[in-house]
Amino acid sequence: MDVAQAEPRIRSGFTDFLVRLVREKPLGTVGGVIVLLMLFTAIFADFLAPFPYAEIHIADRLHPPGAEYFLGADNLGRDVLSRIIYGARLSLYVGLGASAINVIVAAIVGIPSGYIGGAFDIIVQRFVDALLSFPGLIFLITVMSLVGVGVVQVIIVLGILGGIGWMRVVRSAVIAIRENVYFEAARAIGASIPRLLGRHVLPNIMPFMIIVFSMSVAGNILAEATLSFLGVGIPPPFPSWGAMLSWEGRTYMYEASWLAIWPGVALGIGVYGISMWGDAVRDLLDPRLRGGVGRFARSKKKIAGKESKTKAEEP
Amino acid sequence: MRVDNMHTYIIRRLLLMIPTMFLVSIAVFFMIRFIPGSIVELMAFRMVQAQTGSEMTAVTPEYIRHSLGLDVPMHVQYGRWVADIFTHGDFGTSLWKNKPVTQEIIARIPITFELGLLAFIIALLVALPVGIISAIRQDSWLDYVGRSFAIIGLAAPSFWLGTMVMVFPSVWWGWSPSVELIPFFEDPLGNLVQFLIPATILGMSMSAATMRMLRTTLLEVLRQDYIRTAWSKGLSERIVVMRHAMKNAMIPVITIIFGQAFVMIGGAVVIEQIFNLPGMGRLFIDAVFERDYPYVSGINFILASVGLLMILANDLCYAYLDPRVRYR
Repeated sequence: MDVAQAEPRIRSGFTDFLVRLVREKPLGTVGGVIVLLMLFTAIFADFLAPFPYAEIHIADRLHPPGAEYFLGADNLGRDVLSRIIYGARLSLYVGLGASAINVIVAAIVGIPSGYIGGAFDIIVQRFVDALLSFPGLIFLITVMSLVGVGVVQVIIVLGILGGIGWMRVVRSAVIAIRENVYFEAARAIGASIPRLLGRHVLPNIMPFMIIVFSMSVAGNILAEATLSFLGVGIPPPFPSWGAMLSWEGRTYMYEASWLAIWPGVALGIGVYGISMWGDAVRDLLDPRLRGGVGRFARSKKKIAGKESKTKAEEP
Repeated sequence: MRVDNMHTYIIRRLLLMIPTMFLVSIAVFFMIRFIPGSIVELMAFRMVQAQTGSEMTAVTPEYIRHSLGLDVPMHVQYGRWVADIFTHGDFGTSLWKNKPVTQEIIARIPITFELGLLAFIIALLVALPVGIISAIRQDSWLDYVGRSFAIIGLAAPSFWLGTMVMVFPSVWWGWSPSVELIPFFEDPLGNLVQFLIPATILGMSMSAATMRMLRTTLLEVLRQDYIRTAWSKGLSERIVVMRHAMKNAMIPVITIIFGQAFVMIGGAVVIEQIFNLPGMGRLFIDAVFERDYPYVSGINFILASVGLLMILANDLCYAYLDPRVRYR
């Protein structure tokens, strides 16, 4: 009987997450759909795009939008729609790749800094401060000129620099965990450092890692677009949305406004969807936002109502 | 007791800035000088180009390196550079323009500063009301509209919005933003109008982060016991939110606001590029592409110093506002 009662509660974490997402976060759901669409476009770009992204039709240069070129053609007669479709793939490569490196770097730097503390932490913090004291874009431009342009370069640079920025989140989470009683207890019974880190620290910072990941994807995509726009990101002929807005878009922006509009629209929708998705993931997973009263509260009356109910339910 | 603690904390933080400044100076000095395609190669190339057809004079890389003073060992150059900054605030001589860079950098600061300040004001004017409303009316249509609006400001990249603002008004109404800078002291109104569009675009992208942070922390704070107490005392919503909740919710938001200052400087680089505003950002980009090392190092150093002071100011605000922060 106990089991039967408990059953609806043992929905797997992921299903529970999805149900809550749809129920509580309509904007996050919209974001999730945009993310899925973007993934679909990126994976099946080869089938969806009418032309290869670098195929030149010199006779149709600056062809206005029409039946053959749905969103027009650029100054070399390349199909804008195809370039935008392949651009989704490139953006996701950069966004996902750089964010994955963000998480890894944040953990590699943040866990020891928070766990060991003391002099080690102070020294690490000086390096981090030095790095963070540069206005992000200025530093990125300098580093990108140093390592040279290219897709892999952009991913690694955004990944490492962003990861060091995020390490503060991991560090403070680790410090908070270290002060918990269960951690003290584990240490008191003589748990080894790998066990402490693996069994007590890592599971508890997982939500933060997921948050870091989902919140940094959009930022990384935007950063790549900005770098490419400034000419230090992804070189031609790759169809980066930022690069499309840069040279081609701005040189012919008065004669062929479609060159300047559509890559920006694609970028805007993509970043909007991913940000909303990231926000929702954060809202649902952040331990600090768990429980309490009034998660569903829309007005003070409801807050007051919920309050008494939840209070009554909790022993 | 508290004041003593605060003093020790400030002194400690100031002392800790010294090693950080040292690292910063090393980074800004060496990074740009290791960029492939040095100024020597660039200059040699331009000189050969300039001489084609006329009688060639021998321009060797060694000669250029010597005339630019780049033939002494790197660490000696670094030592001189740092010494000049700390003894007479001199950031060196431009390699292309052959004149001191310090004056020009300082002359460009007000433009970037004005752009940033306006953007900052606009960002806060958008972020604070939207953040508060979307937190106290969580999951209502007001929340969704406000957040969508703010996120669109973030998602639509500033360089794209800037391009759109340049193109469409000129195509439709034949109006386009001024290409020449209107100095503030000659025509204050014209100057403000000129800065308003770029500042709005920049401000919109800044407001999103502040607004999201404010919303999240306010949601957290609104769930705490003392807010429940405030409600149960029968206080009005305005008092509960503005007096009780906002005070605590603003603490982490201040970090974001300070952090946004960095985003703002970076964004200013792009915006200045699009709207032809001769600020520090444009100077910086041009100098990177021209490999004019003293400009790049100088601007980087100044901005990083400002950045360090921001981090410090932020931590001090935090320690002052939040008694729970331990002075470690």
